[in-house]
Amino acid sequence: MIVFDKPKALTDAPLHYCPGCTHGIIHRLVAEAIDSLGIAGDTIGVASVGCSVFTYNYFNVDMVQAAHGRAPAVATGVKRADPSKIVFTYQGDGDLASIGMAETVHSAARGENITVIFVNNAIYGMTGGQMAPTSLPGQVTQTSPYGRDTNTVGFPVKVCELLSTLDGAGYIERVAVNNVKNVKAAKKAIEKAFRNQVEGKGFSLIEVVSTCPTNWGKTPQGALEWLEENMLPYYPLGVYKDKFAKEEAK
Amino acid sequence: MADKILMKGNEALAEAAIMAGCRHYFGYPITPQTEVAAYMAKRMPKIGGVFLQAESEIAAINMVIGAAAAGKRAMTSSSSPGISLKSEGISYMAGCDLPALIVNVQRGGPGLGGIQPSQSDYFQATCGGGHGDFHLLVLAPSSVQEMADLVAKGFDLAEKYRMPCMLLADGTMGQMMEPVSLTETKPEAHDKSWALTGTKGERRPNIINSLALQPQELEKWNEDRFARYAVVQENEQMAECYMMDDAEYCVVAFGIAARVSQNAVDAARAKGIKVGMIRPITLWPFPEKVLKAAADKCKAFLSVELNMGQMIKDVKLAIDCKKPVGLCCRTGGMIPSPEEVLAAIEKMQKEGN
Repeated sequence: MIVFDKPKALTDAPLHYCPGCTHGIIHRLVAEAIDSLGIAGDTIGVASVGCSVFTYNYFNVDMVQAAHGRAPAVATGVKRADPSKIVFTYQGDGDLASIGMAETVHSAARGENITVIFVNNAIYGMTGGQMAPTSLPGQVTQTSPYGRDTNTVGFPVKVCELLSTLDGAGYIERVAVNNVKNVKAAKKAIEKAFRNQVEGKGFSLIEVVSTCPTNWGKTPQGALEWLEENMLPYYPLGVYKDKFAKEEAK
Repeated sequence: MADKILMKGNEALAEAAIMAGCRHYFGYPITPQTEVAAYMAKRMPKIGGVFLQAESEIAAINMVIGAAAAGKRAMTSSSSPGISLKSEGISYMAGCDLPALIVNVQRGGPGLGGIQPSQSDYFQATCGGGHGDFHLLVLAPSSVQEMADLVAKGFDLAEKYRMPCMLLADGTMGQMMEPVSLTETKPEAHDKSWALTGTKGERRPNIINSLALQPQELEKWNEDRFARYAVVQENEQMAECYMMDDAEYCVVAFGIAARVSQNAVDAARAKGIKVGMIRPITLWPFPEKVLKAAADKCKAFLSVELNMGQMIKDVKLAIDCKKPVGLCCRTGGMIPSPEEVLAAIEKMQKEGN
């Protein structure tokens, strides 16, 4: 008996991610959510620009590749064209919180009935490790070689906190996949974010605090430790908003 | 033929899009095209369509990409500065082979420019307008009736050749009122098996994508696309010839410039000058065939434009510089008067003899 198998919503294409990168785990959790809800045949994914640009090769569903930062707008077009489809975006921090901030904020403000998977690893991975909108104060990157100086480049963007102030945003949760306990919580959150859409509730965004061992200059294990010691205190995990739960309670 | 009603160009265009089966409009306010959005906002909810005011021109074109990827007839409209913002999305659309209609009710530029009519986005429209090797279908209406008629034509061409189509109007076309008759048109049936409709577990996933990191692959994609463009150039050139049968001189003008020029041609004819006009309706593909034919008969050409001279380059290329090509132009939102064009025609005749 097979007790652990690859989700059907993943293709057989080998992932191109670096050793120790948590994109692979997050892909799996998204695919498991799609499988468990039985929605693969009606799901349309929107790939973004960054390390996750090739997600269209990995998810076994119809996919469109969006310009940098524009995935929520493309997802809006797909969803409005056919509301019976389950539409999700998969975006990194540069894509979602820098160049695509307007699309992110306004799709949330509209309460667009889509699911956004936001992978925050505090750096631009694909282009080789530049400072991201979520890079931590003092964090050394290719474009902050002396450490992020908040006097000159300001502070990181806390996406969940920011979006949770919007009336249109439905379900906003920050999770991590650095240990078994957190992976389990992340799995639950991601599935809920998809289920909300299936039930027609509105905008859900799951931020996954993630690692980038290559561009952080760490070993896979060292990256997880750095995440625990530096990322999680700055980006606390938890539910930032659940409008739908409140609505149900009423 | 339906009864004629008096309508603004922008509104006629919007209603024509609905009559052509478009149910997905995404836009952002900008003068002088805002009536399109206002009309769609009023009509779409009544007919089960989608009107969405996007947060930006950039978001609007990307919403069009999403709806087009889902296989729907989708459109956006804007004016010059907004089209610059949409250019990224237009390039992606070309790279993804997605059909859609983009309307540019041009105003003067560069920069914020002005809000009066212009044709100064000719280069931007006909040379692609975004990054990369590509073309758009570009249609240029010169009456409110054509603002309506070219909408269905544009959607059909876009879907036939799987490329975005731009309706390149100007502030005059958008704002002026003329009698127009509108008729429902049935979309031509074109294959949309590429669309994102969900696999239903019955087929392999459809992927809409413009990324190819292997240069050999990207080169092949571009070559295939240009092979398709060659078919468009062969089959889809459209132009109207006015008094060209015996013409010794030829005015070339589109849109509002053609309306003005037609008056000037009439006035020149009254003075005994054998002049005619070629009015390109497709700016891309440029109507080279009719111009090439005219180059064998005419002594000289005159390009009349609302810009500093952009289409004139295509006129020279089309006729292989066989004959002199003069320029009569106004820019910044100014429109040449029929008298100015007549004077330019008379000058062309004097220099040609």
